[in-house]
Amino acid sequence: MTVGLFIPCYVNQLYPNAAIATLQLLQKLGVEVVYPVKQTCCGQPMANSGFEHLSQGCDDLFVENFSGFDYIVAPSASCVLHIKDHLHSDTAPEEALLIRERIYELVEFMTDILKVDRLQARFPHKVGIHQSCHGLRGLHLAKMSELVGPAFSKPEQLLNMVDGLELVTLDRKDECCGFGGTFCVAEEAVSVKMGKDRVTDHTKNGAEYITSPDLSCLMHLEGILHRDHSHIKIIHIAEILNSAL
Amino acid sequence: MKDTGTKKHAALAEAFIQDREKADWHDGALWWIRQKRDMQANVTPQWEELREAASAIKSNVISNLHTYLLQFEANLKKNGVNVYWAANAEEHNQIIYSILKAKNITEMVKSKSMLTEECHLNEYLNERGIDVINSDLGEYIQQIDNEPPSHIVLPCIHKRKEEIGALFHIHLGTEEGLSDPTALTRVARKHLRNVFLTRRAALTGANFAVAETGEYVVCTNEGNADMGAHLSDVQICSMGLEKLVPEKKHLGVFLRLLARSATGQPITIYSSHYKKPRPGQEMHLILVDAGRSRLLGREDFRASLKCIKCGACMNTCPVYRKGSGLSYHNTITGPIGAILAPNLDMEKHADLPFASTLCGSCSNVCPVKINIHDQLYKWRQVVVKEGYVANSKALSMKAMAFTLSSPTAYQAAGKTGRWFLNYAPFAINNKFNPWYKQRDMPDGPKESFGEWYAKNGEKKEG
Repeated sequence: MTVGLFIPCYVNQLYPNAAIATLQLLQKLGVEVVYPVKQTCCGQPMANSGFEHLSQGCDDLFVENFSGFDYIVAPSASCVLHIKDHLHSDTAPEEALLIRERIYELVEFMTDILKVDRLQARFPHKVGIHQSCHGLRGLHLAKMSELVGPAFSKPEQLLNMVDGLELVTLDRKDECCGFGGTFCVAEEAVSVKMGKDRVTDHTKNGAEYITSPDLSCLMHLEGILHRDHSHIKIIHIAEILNSAL
Repeated sequence: MKDTGTKKHAALAEAFIQDREKADWHDGALWWIRQKRDMQANVTPQWEELREAASAIKSNVISNLHTYLLQFEANLKKNGVNVYWAANAEEHNQIIYSILKAKNITEMVKSKSMLTEECHLNEYLNERGIDVINSDLGEYIQQIDNEPPSHIVLPCIHKRKEEIGALFHIHLGTEEGLSDPTALTRVARKHLRNVFLTRRAALTGANFAVAETGEYVVCTNEGNADMGAHLSDVQICSMGLEKLVPEKKHLGVFLRLLARSATGQPITIYSSHYKKPRPGQEMHLILVDAGRSRLLGREDFRASLKCIKCGACMNTCPVYRKGSGLSYHNTITGPIGAILAPNLDMEKHADLPFASTLCGSCSNVCPVKINIHDQLYKWRQVVVKEGYVANSKALSMKAMAFTLSSPTAYQAAGKTGRWFLNYAPFAINNKFNPWYKQRDMPDGPKESFGEWYAKNGEKKEG
């Protein structure tokens, strides 16, 4: 099995440790990983701002970089959802469709394709999960609170395999953090209020770390935590799952 | 009416959030209703199947609207109801005025109608010497305060009881400082009782209308719609074209969903069916288009006509809960308002599709399964293409798209101080950037993953 590793632009540039953890984790799990070096971005920053028509260049480049892999895996639920829903190519429509079917967010790739049932990882801390909305309601990584049905959570399933880790229970387990791409500056007041309220939920329930399958949410929460001189840290789920014994 | 001027959602929401304690209370009150809704959904057998059925029935209605409307009209006439068709708000208001004028009526009581709010009927009639009183308690409070409703089901949810007490003190002469909800309700009730007994004309909206029988259904908790209608000589109903269900049996699906989704009640206290005038009474029904047929013609957006106005999308929306309904500067507020409003006036409402994080909670509480957050995304594309977006934004998007389409440009930019911190619209390292008002950005790491990979990637890790 050969996996094309997609490291979204902001992860590549701002959170390289999460990307390294993703690569190492997949390799530990016996996966052949290739990182196409000419990759850039999924195009979501333009598309969600209403400029989908400008993202064709990104789409074409994505198809060029990621055609032919058995799977494409990325440590970012939001970017994966964007590709799944919107990747489009006039010149290579079939390849684009195949990529949309074969792209997975890291957590769901581990639970659904690799069917990981044990991990050699230790993280002796109290951790709160921030469900990224695109992971939760887009990729269905867990049961969302809005729907009626049996409970499940893929991130929890994996975090429960980590030695020493204690998950904290939140008051609002799947509320949006308020990042929302350019929403975070266009609607600064609401965005920050939402972020602060999420941070408070984790703080008051005793989390030492906030983790998520999406770093964009975490970047926003980290910005708020840092400004408030909080002792709580953010960490991408790949870094926890890859943490050494 | 108090005017929000030309302020956009972001500015209006920011103003609401300034009162932190009140904003937290507002958020908590609506979240509590969302939780009540969840409790009801979880104990209602086949909840998800009910949503699916409701969605399918409404799809059928909007796909065959022409046929159902004609059937409904024929049955209304058979039942002795006068039927009118209004293409827009102006026509709607004129029709109502002419009905009232013919009877020399100068006072009307009104309830359960967002449509007449949308048409600004009260103002229209006031200018022509006809007084209108909204009899739903929340609407009544909003009317006293000369402010539009902030929520379609909970019109004054953005006001605390102390604010309502102060309004009653000024307008209804209650004791200063009185804010006990029961006491205030008693005062309003006493005042409204007289209104019901003296007004000869009563107008209501309709929650549902049955094509098969020509009846319409009004769901209320306060009984005020019934009180008004039963005591009136002239009963008027204003309804949007989309309110139809094909057959009476379909009401069973919608009545099980409506109140549970709206307020977490199993059902509203009253579900009143109106069909025929009493002897000596007149009934009039106005079918209003006001942009609905245009919406029907917009393929990507027509599913929004399925809306049964339960308000669940508002209660669940974190942007709504933090920033309040009045920030949407539209009669229908919240996520559903943000997808309905651009169809009415795209220029005025160009900001609303952007007043969302696209978290998707709205689409998943919606009892008729409207793809609200997908439509928000699609409206953004339309709004931008139609040119209702700042030039500066268009330019920065073009620059961004250029760099991200070119690995060479991207990598070159990335080497010097992290491209992302320099170019991403929200991350641009500049003290005027709103990101930095209340947040920090991570320091750019020493090297990007790409650079790390060039050095270490080829050797097998782990």
